[in-house]
Amino acid sequence: MSLPPFERFYEQHREEIFGFLVRRLGRDRAEDAFQETFLRALRAYPKLRHGEHLRAWAYTIASRIAIDEHRRPRADADLPELESLDGRPAFAQLEHLADQLPPTERTAVVLRYGYDLDYSDIGAALGSNATAARQAASAGIRRLRQKELR
Amino acid sequence: MNAVSPDLDRRFRDAAADEGLLDAAYDFVDSPVGPLLVATSKRGVCRISYDAEPERELERLAREFGVRVLRSAKPIDAARRELDEYFEGTRREFDLPLDVALVADFNRRVLRELARVPYGEVVTYGELAARSARPRAARAVGMVMNRNPLPIVLPCHRVIGANGKLTGYAGGLERKETLLRLEGAIL
Repeated sequence: MSLPPFERFYEQHREEIFGFLVRRLGRDRAEDAFQETFLRALRAYPKLRHGEHLRAWAYTIASRIAIDEHRRPRADADLPELESLDGRPAFAQLEHLADQLPPTERTAVVLRYGYDLDYSDIGAALGSNATAARQAASAGIRRLRQKELR
Repeated sequence: MNAVSPDLDRRFRDAAADEGLLDAAYDFVDSPVGPLLVATSKRGVCRISYDAEPERELERLAREFGVRVLRSAKPIDAARRELDEYFEGTRREFDLPLDVALVADFNRRVLRELARVPYGEVVTYGELAARSARPRAARAVGMVMNRNPLPIVLPCHRVIGANGKLTGYAGGLERKETLLRLEGAIL
């Protein structure tokens, strides 16, 4: 599938991405995060090679921004960090690890374990449902484990 | 309600344009000859369409200028203002930067000559061909007019047949007549 004009991508995904950000951040902070999500998508858009998995891509960007937004006011508060031991955020490690997985499993694994999304949001990102998202995430994890054993 | 408000939507579209992230921006401009789809590239106004089918126009803009095509009012503000003034009768020449980089050589030469035909005057296809250094190319000039990417601003409505008939117009003869009447070229 070829890459649609950005207007189409934006029209198709703006409402659900905004809904997702409102659930994660609350209405007020969701507005800034929304703008940042689609500006970031716009910057990266010409580098995409095809028009597949655009919804999952949009959710991944929105998730990353939601995490950044979450961190900001927490900087001086005594709250748990998402950083792992070597200092890299969990999603950065996972995205790299999950690179070899098929796209659906990769998205499910990254959104579940990298961004801590629940399965209904991941289902939305994949254009399916919570059950399918759970299956894709487990399949991805199984595949990663097998790779590790080899 | 978790819906994107019109204000948030507009802020995103403005920001995208302000940051220079768009290959082409477009919006609709109301006019006495119907809504016009007006698009601008980074270089200038690159398309004016009558009766635009948005789906086809978007695909075409994406193909010609790049995939970052977005509806955004701000980048076409200048074009909107000048078109409004033209239709109010207070503007006779357009000062907009135009992007005709994709128009083929001969066609561009014809369009350049066309741009010199003054407000309220008409010229025949043959005469415009002669001015473009191809005196026998009246028919080819007709084709160039038919494919003019910037009607109104590049005034192909001012080009008529040798017999004085309006002959044809990509936007329909009725519109050609309206524009020439507005300019006082016909009664």
